[in-house]
Amino acid sequence: MSFPWANEYKPTNPLMQWVDDRLPLPRFVYNAVGAGYPVPRNLNYMWNFGILAGFALVLQIVTGVVLAMHYAANAGVAFDSVEHIMRDVNWGWMLRYGHANGASMFFIVVYTHIFRGFFYSSYKAPREMIWLLGVVIFLLMMATAFMGYVLPWGQMSFWGAKVITGLFSAIPLVGTPLQQWLLGGFAPDNAALNRFFSLHFLLPFVILGVIILHVWALHIPGSSNPTGVEVKQESDTVPFHPYYTAKDGFGLGIFLMVYCALVFFAPNLLGHPDNYIPANPLSTPAHIVPEWYFWPFYAILRAFTSDFLFIPAKLMGVLAMFSAILVWFFLPWLDTSPVRSGHYRPLFRKFFYLLVVDVLVLGYCGGAPAAEPYVMISQIAAMYYFLHFLVILPVVSSIETPQPLPFSITEAVLGKDEHATLAPATPAVA
Amino acid sequence: MTGEGVRRRDFINIAAVSFAGVGGLAALYPLISQMAPSADVLAESSTEIDISAIAPGQAIKAVWRKQPVFIRNLTPEEISAAEKVDVSTLRDPETLEKRTTAGKTNWLITMGVCTHLGCVPLGAGEGEVKGEFGGYFCPCHGSVYDTAARIRKGPAPKNLEVPPHEFSSDTVVKIG
Repeated sequence: MSFPWANEYKPTNPLMQWVDDRLPLPRFVYNAVGAGYPVPRNLNYMWNFGILAGFALVLQIVTGVVLAMHYAANAGVAFDSVEHIMRDVNWGWMLRYGHANGASMFFIVVYTHIFRGFFYSSYKAPREMIWLLGVVIFLLMMATAFMGYVLPWGQMSFWGAKVITGLFSAIPLVGTPLQQWLLGGFAPDNAALNRFFSLHFLLPFVILGVIILHVWALHIPGSSNPTGVEVKQESDTVPFHPYYTAKDGFGLGIFLMVYCALVFFAPNLLGHPDNYIPANPLSTPAHIVPEWYFWPFYAILRAFTSDFLFIPAKLMGVLAMFSAILVWFFLPWLDTSPVRSGHYRPLFRKFFYLLVVDVLVLGYCGGAPAAEPYVMISQIAAMYYFLHFLVILPVVSSIETPQPLPFSITEAVLGKDEHATLAPATPAVA
Repeated sequence: MTGEGVRRRDFINIAAVSFAGVGGLAALYPLISQMAPSADVLAESSTEIDISAIAPGQAIKAVWRKQPVFIRNLTPEEISAAEKVDVSTLRDPETLEKRTTAGKTNWLITMGVCTHLGCVPLGAGEGEVKGEFGGYFCPCHGSVYDTAARIRKGPAPKNLEVPPHEFSSDTVVKIG
């Protein structure tokens, strides 16, 4: 589905015509990310991050498939095979650093993409399904990243695997058997390492599949935009290509500069030195923390230190950590304001920035040792996190008076609809 | 079809789909079961340890099922400290007698696996922090265990687990 004024695919090359008649794949691409997809003319740089996330996934798949040609998923040699990649394999150091920092870049980009969604309420009707699929993608990303971090079989890998599978042992009755089933043993060992490798290879392709659904769902209503006003007329849109391929290309350049700076000048900045010590099942590192992108959720896990409502502290922490993401599934129905964009919602906007600060505080506490004052700060921040989604958002939606919206996207950009000129690639409307 | 009566074809349809469904579910069983601990992992189920060299106040770390086991020779002070505690005030109420073998109350044998999320607590090695109750201290999330390895403080829900064990002689203990 698209707007009636969308450009139609008309191949001039006879070969492309021949292919299109038999398999309309060129048409499909043209309508999805080409000149056949009309996009609001007022998108800002926050709208770059979907494409950047897609690029990061491709980057991870390419470097990952190549690394898998040299890596050995066996507890006896896994650590050594990673060192072999670093020291002996041609360009191995670059591929591994590229893959490890690529994961961080992927999360930076996806977190920005998610918070773009929070600010502009991109999850509201008719775009709920895009949002729900996005949360599924994020959950899959977390599982994939966690299993990838286990593969080098260093101290952080081993104890990360032990602690995270230990979360499942908090479930009443079936917890411990479930943990042993997940690990294939009583502690992380060869069985666990092998299955993590298998799933770490598989899941990115599952993510790719869900991304296709995510983009498919996006193309039903079309992209949202910074005003939150729906597209009304042809002058509100420009074709995706060349307008947004160019804008996304600029963003991609910035992305690659940051990425290369990390890979070539600070490849271990976001890692932990402990993971260069081979896994030792008899000694826990003094300070185990997950990778930075899990810190906010790790802080919520650790915020529960005593039993609460007859639920043991351990189970409570696990439930809270998973709920912190599951609550996003309910976002389209918790925020009932008819206005989408934070630009026109003065009260909502203040609470949005408070949430950003809150998540940053949680992230800092999640990376800090489990001691005071960090425990108390995480408790307050975790409480505020849930308060934001479950109480503040519905209340703000009902009491807030939004500012007046522009009549159309064109008016928001040019002041008046009559000033609009149409993109030269499209024929003018009579 | 007007909806009256059951045709032979309806019966065949339901029977065929049910049969295929049962077959599909049956095929899931091995796919799920293959992930459980394999026979060789389960076979490493017992280990014998010589404890003759452990002096009172000392502890060693042994390995059972690829996990650490703490074997600790308690001093009389540690035993009396553990026995003085009112059991009903504990999060996981157990006496030292229940956690050790009769007549060998000084031998405290527990898993070296914190019941919170599975880290190895400190306190068994020479010079390690034992925590404010003189037993074990888990550095990951701050759980504190007493001299009977019972949980006293922090997020862990249970006492350190006592693995099945028996004394083959005065100097050898068999775990598992």
